[in-house]
Parts: sequence; C-alpha cells; structure tokens
Amino acid sequence: AENEPPWGTPCTQLLVFVATPGCDGFPSLDSKENYKLSVSEGSLLLSADAIWGALRGLETFSQLVGRDENGTYYINKTEIVDFPRFPHRGLLLDTSRHYLPLRAILETLDVMAYNKFNVFHWHIVDDPSFPYESFTFPELSKQGAFNPMTHVYTASDVQTVIEYARLRGIRVIAEFDTPGHTLSWGPGAPGLLTPCYLGKEPSGTYGPINPILNSTYKFVTDLFQEVSTVFPDFFLHLGGDEVDFTCWKSNPKIRAFMKEMGFGEDYKKLESFYIQRLLDIISSLGKGYIVWQEVFDNKVEVRPDTIVHVWKENPTPYMEEMANVTKAGYRALLSAPWYLNRISYGQDWMAAYKVEPLKFKGSPEQKDRVIGGEACMWGEYVDVTNLTPRLW
Amino acid sequence: RRTVGRAMGLAGLLLFLVPAVLVSAGFCHGAPPTERAPEPAEGEPVSGSFREDSLWPLPQWLRTSPRQLQLAPGRFQLVHGAGSSAGPDCGLLQDAFRRYYEYMFGQSPRWTRGRGPPGGRGEPELSQLQVVIEAPDPGCHSYPHLASSEAYHLTVTEPVAILKADEVWGALRGLETFSQLVHEDDYGSFLVNESEIDDFPRFAHRGILLDTSRHYLPLKSILTNLDAMAFNKFNVFHWHIVDDQSFPYQSIYFPELSDKGAYSYNHVYTPTDVSLVIEYARLRGIRVIPEFDTPGHTQSWGKGQRDLLTPCYSGERPTGSFGPVNPILNTTYDFMTKFYKEISSVFPDAYIHLGGDEVNFDCWKSNPEVREFMRKQGFGIDYAKLESYYIQKILDIVSSYNKGYVVWQEVFDNKAQLKPDTVVQVWMGNNYAHELSSVTGAGFTAILAAPWYLDYISYGQDWKKYYSVEPLNFPGSEKQKKLLIGGEACLWGEFVDATNLTPRLWPRASAVGERLWSSRNVTNLQDAYERLTNHRCRML
Repeated sequence: AENEPPWGTPCTQLLVFVATPGCDGFPSLDSKENYKLSVSEGSLLLSADAIWGALRGLETFSQLVGRDENGTYYINKTEIVDFPRFPHRGLLLDTSRHYLPLRAILETLDVMAYNKFNVFHWHIVDDPSFPYESFTFPELSKQGAFNPMTHVYTASDVQTVIEYARLRGIRVIAEFDTPGHTLSWGPGAPGLLTPCYLGKEPSGTYGPINPILNSTYKFVTDLFQEVSTVFPDFFLHLGGDEVDFTCWKSNPKIRAFMKEMGFGEDYKKLESFYIQRLLDIISSLGKGYIVWQEVFDNKVEVRPDTIVHVWKENPTPYMEEMANVTKAGYRALLSAPWYLNRISYGQDWMAAYKVEPLKFKGSPEQKDRVIGGEACMWGEYVDVTNLTPRLW
Repeated sequence: RRTVGRAMGLAGLLLFLVPAVLVSAGFCHGAPPTERAPEPAEGEPVSGSFREDSLWPLPQWLRTSPRQLQLAPGRFQLVHGAGSSAGPDCGLLQDAFRRYYEYMFGQSPRWTRGRGPPGGRGEPELSQLQVVIEAPDPGCHSYPHLASSEAYHLTVTEPVAILKADEVWGALRGLETFSQLVHEDDYGSFLVNESEIDDFPRFAHRGILLDTSRHYLPLKSILTNLDAMAFNKFNVFHWHIVDDQSFPYQSIYFPELSDKGAYSYNHVYTPTDVSLVIEYARLRGIRVIPEFDTPGHTQSWGKGQRDLLTPCYSGERPTGSFGPVNPILNTTYDFMTKFYKEISSVFPDAYIHLGGDEVNFDCWKSNPEVREFMRKQGFGIDYAKLESYYIQKILDIVSSYNKGYVVWQEVFDNKAQLKPDTVVQVWMGNNYAHELSSVTGAGFTAILAAPWYLDYISYGQDWKKYYSVEPLNFPGSEKQKKLLIGGEACLWGEFVDATNLTPRLWPRASAVGERLWSSRNVTNLQDAYERLTNHRCRML
C-alpha cells in the first residue's frame, strides 16, 4: 500500500497521569480541562491537571487511533497540548415540547462527549408539559405531564442523567423557566398562575405565574429548595424569557397591584419585581443563576455573578447584545446563531461554524466575560424519532 | 389509537440490529380523546367525523355512524368472502391478512383463540372482515400496473364486514382503511364504528423517489419505506438507483459496473436484494420503476465500463476527466442494448425511467471527435440535437424490449422524438404549471414532481405547502388534464442516508399521498392537521 507506515514498537499502554485528585466530584465552570498527549515509540502518555482533562484527552486519543486496510490498529507519533477556548460549551435539550425517553438523553450525552461539550442545559419543563417528578409537589407532573405514568423523569432518572453526565465531565444545568412558559405548572399548582380576565369575568385561561401573591413565593421557595438539592451544579437556569403581559393586564387585582406599587403601565417593572424576588430566593439557597437575556434587557437587578444567556437576533443584533451584557459587567453565553432546531437545506453546519463569539467591539475584560455558548435543540418539531440526525 | 407501532412488524421479517435508540410504542402521547362530532344524517358523505378514526388519505365517500362494534382479537378474522375470485392460494392476500391483523391488534401472544363470550361492553361483535374480489382474474400472482384497479367498497356492519374490490390492489387499499377504522377505547377494547366507504384514487400514479446513489440505502431502509408507502396508499416506488456518485446495482451482464462503481462491496444491491424489493413492493400493491439515468449523471458508470463516457479535452489533449455517455460510438449502443435487455427482464414493470436530465454539454463540446460528429450529422452547434440523437436511440432500444418509458422533462423540452405513450416527469420548479400545459398540450402523459422535492427541508410545518399544491392548476383542456396521471414526492440523497431518511420523508410525504389519492376538494388544513397527527402516531 502507498502509505505503509514504518512499524515501531507495538504500543501496549496509555499511561494517564492526573495531577489533582477529584474523581468523585462534579465538574464546574472552573474545572480544568487541559491535557497533554504524547505519543512516541514505546511511550503513550496522557497527562492532565484534573480528571476532566483526562476525559478530554482520552477522547482525542481515541480519535488518533486508526486502522489500516489490513485491520491493524496504529497511531502516529504525536504531541498534543490542548485546552478549551471557552469553559462553557453547552447543548440544550427541550423535554417539554416533546418528552424524550431517558435513553435519548443518555445517547445525546455520549455524543456530547465525542465533541467535548461539557454542559447539558436541561430545559426540562415548559408550557406543553411538566415531566419532572417533584417529591415536594407530586401533583405538578401528575397533572402536567403528557402521561404521568410514562412521560415523566423520576428522581432515579434524574440521578441517572446527572451521574452519566458526570462520568463524561458534563455539567447538568436544569432550567425551570418562569414566570412565562409555565402553563403546564397550572393544573398541579392551583392558584399559581395568573387567571386571565375577559372584562370583569375570569376567562378560564391562565397566564404567567402570579407575581402578586405571597403563596407564589412560598411555592417557588419550596420548589427551588428541592431543585437545588437534586441538581448539584452551582448554577440553575431560571429562564425569564418571553413573558406575555396580556394576561397580567387583563387581571384587575394585578392592575390594582401595579397602581399600589407605582409601576404605572410598565409591566416590565412587575416582571422585574417577580424576578428579583426569585433571584433572592435562589441566592439564599446558595445557587448561582443563568437567565435569558430579557431579564437583563428589562433592567432587573441581578447579582454581579449572573450569567446572561443571549438568544435573540432582534431587535438588537446578538453581537451588540453580547457587547451590552459584557459591558454591564455580566458574563455572557451565546446561543442566538446556534438554534439548531431551525433546520434548512444543505450544509448549514457551515453557518454555525463561522460564528465568531467575540466579534464585537469591547475591551479585553469584556471579551473575557464571554464564557462560551450553547447549541439549542428546541422541541416543537423534535422527538426521539428525529433528535439524533437533526442535532448531529 | 394503536398500542403497538406498526414499524415493529418488520422485525419479524428480518433479523437485523435495531439502532441504539429503539422506537417503540407509547411515545406518541397524543392529546386526550376529543368529544365526538354530532351524528351525521344517514347517507350524507362526511369527512373524518370521529377523531378516533383518523383516516389518511381521506376516502372519496364515507359514511360513519356512532354505533360501534367490538372486535375480539382472539376471534376476529380476515377471510376470503363467498364468491371471491381469490382464495387461500392467493398469497398476496394471505400475507396481507396476517400483516393487517398484526397492525390492528399487535403481535402479542395474548390473543389466543376464543376466550369465552364477549364481556365488558354491550356492543355487538364484529367477527370477520370478508374480502371479495370481483374480477375473474383477481391479480394475485401478477404485478400492479398503471391501469390496475385500486377501487374498493367497504361495509362495516354486524356481524361481518365486507370489503369488495375489483382486483387485489383495491383490497390492499381497503384493508389499510379498515385497519385505520379500528381503534381502542380507554379500556383497551377494540372498536370500529359502523361505516360504509366507497373509495378509489384520484390519480393512478402516486410515487416516492428514493436515491440510492448519493448515499447507499440498506435494504431495511427501503423495505421500511415501502411499508410507510402502503400506509399512505402510495403505489409507485421510483428507484433512482444509480447516478454520478455510485453504482450500487449489481449487474449480471456487467458486474464491473458495481465492482468498480459502488462505494464498496458492502454497498451493492445484489439480484436477490432487487428481487426482494420488487416482491415486497408487489405484496403492497407498489410498482417498482427503476431509473437508469443517462446520458448525464453517469460518472460512476465509467469506472466499470471503459470508453462509455466521453473523454473531455483541453485543447488537443484529454484532461483525464469524463463527461456524459459518449453518443458517437457504436460501442455505446451495443452496451446499452445489452444493459437494457437485463434491466427489462429484471424489473417486471411495464415502464423504465430513462432519466435524461441535466446533460452538461461542455465535455462534448471539448471533444474533437464529438465536434466532428456534430458536423457530419449537420447538427451545427446545437448540442441539444446530439442529446436528442442519443436519447432517440436509447428510447428505440428500450421500446424493442416492449417497455414504456418515463423521462425527465428536458427530454421533451429538447424536442426528442418520443413515443406517444412516453411519460414526462416535470421537475423544474420554475413555472411548472406552464410546463404541464406544454407537455400535456403536446399529447404526452405527465407526472408532477416539481413542488414535491422533500429533500428541500425547512423549519416548521412545511407539510402544509405540499398539501396545498393542486396538480391540475394549469392552463389546459379537460383532455389535457386527463394526461396528468399523478405525481411523486422526491427525496434526493445528497444529505440523506439510513440515519435520517425516515424522519425526513415522513410524515411530510403523507401530505403528498392525500393530495394524490383524495378528492380535489379535500383541502382543509385544520382537518388535515388533526387526522395527520393521529396518522403519524399510528405509523410509528
């Protein structure tokens, strides 16, 4: 054959050397994923500061191993020094628009590991369904799941996902999106959502979470207390996107509250009022938070270590939004150009590839605040029958 | 609503590795059952009154009543009725009976025979569906063709339901419809509403094109697709089997074609594979029309057949690359004569698709011998004439084997001399209505593909745009319109292989299926949406 390599010593061992212990911990935003790989005659060495780097190096090593036409495995003499450019490299799956069976999630985690993704953003509940089985509020999934017997994630399922991810160096960041995107919460939590009005009478439909009741905040505290213990990552994604004000505006008690609080007609202030209290609750639970960009755009007061998730392409172009977010001192995550659910004909991977996350006018400090991005696979048209070929 | 996905039926037929993520029943959650529509008056045709019975495609004439009959899987039988010209030796129907029984009730070993008297509900029991074929020759052992009758009449009433059809092809269509009528209630009882259906297809040619050259498709993919086609009453599998990129068809006379032209020895269709596809299709009333596209789209042919393709020139020197089939050599036509002899005997359908699209003239123009030939023939510099010269000879070769042919529209556009029964396939998107007028105006039969290139994916519910096409919306006389015999949904393979074929093609192609079967005035998108969502879950 043309490319017959000169055969050296058969390689028998890949030695993996990890500097810092920590096999039993969870990966975090600060985890070190750097590694060195050295392949030469008689010596295969993978060294990393932390186990997470070892995982990344193993993946690379496995990609270097080739097989010739005789079936013989070989590897070229190689030196690799590697580390990620961005520490947050995520994938969003939406298990509310369509339920995804556990094995679909686990298979996705495998493929994420092949591609060195390290964050699984689990958009677990939303308007259409509530598959998360809560032990504090079991009625949420009993009433809110597509089928409470079959289309739920039990506590054991959730732990399986978290551990499967951990073994691949992948963080699991759960998103319980509020106050909008919560219709499925209503049936299992009466009184949580705002009743919409038609004139003087309730119309029978519901809107976002009701921000004016104390019971709301009690509920939110208890739910997130549970969520904080179930999901070990420091960060929770709190959502906060696309809050439709129509229902709030229709409700007389809310209008009265607006007046009382001096918010005038600016419902963004009411939204901020809710989010503020939510963020304080989360903080008191010892968690950090990620929020969709509206929370920043609507000028909610957020902690300095908040991460703002940029997803919109208009009215503000996303690069401009990245500049604004980082200029205000917050860390940013980019998803806007990476909504992979928006399929199109041909090799559209190129458009995703060409995105340069730091292509905005800003200081080096600003650019440092871009911690990475996420590819999003929203589930309106996606279920287990087409998830894998659509995403990869 | 089914409890067992139909796709599982194939597992019993072939032993193959199911991919890592199993698709099994139960993931199709569906909305809670909706309220029943008010009772229709007797005798009035209604469409899709009862959401439990989501029929797709919608039959031409349908009358259902709220009165329900119960089916006991342990006792219910699909049988040949008295007076039917088909009997137990009709393998096609025997196979269909088993297949549809499994679709309706699942393959569960639960259903042992006669488990006692009917319990639970008080409804009368439907014990049988009797199938009566009326034509003296039912067609059990023959192949479907363009003029086959697919009409059927279904009466569902106690104690037995009767399915009447001229030929077995209508019975297959009727069995599919019957299976769509049977549904389960909340308690797991199998029910069917008393109904009467009179049905036949609006268009006789309702096809799906698969491309096995750009990406090889394993046999399993093709067979699964034939199943899906049957669920949607498609009746033509247009097998675009070879093209530039690869030649997977293992030829008996010219084994080098696939030896050298296929992606690998694993990426071929052996004669056995081909026979299997043809028979699997036949059992579902599906014609297999192979396409061996020439003179363009033939790069892979040149690997195993030296001197078939035109050598391209740069000035006086051959560049080493090749263009379309070389139309000036006798050896070309010797080859084609022998090759099409094989194709004509391997593929039983009356038609072969000869391609003839997108012929790039640059290479011909560059070749001095070709230019010389053009001069001798008096073609001037009109290479369309050379193309037609070639096509003419191929058409004559194929005719001599008593086959009809389908060609892409360029063959017509470039004014080749076509036999009157040529079928012209209109695929170019730009003003296809005008093309349909021209083709049918010239007296040729046409099939429409242009608005149904399903490989052009886009975000959201794009099935609606395929559904909304009205094929007869072109200027022309009644006589002309009759010449449009149907259409095809095409799934070109540039970006498609076994990993994504099924979710990309279905249920989007279902929209085309209803457009080609159902009546012209079945256009309500909301109603279609409700039926299609249920149909899709059923297909899984």
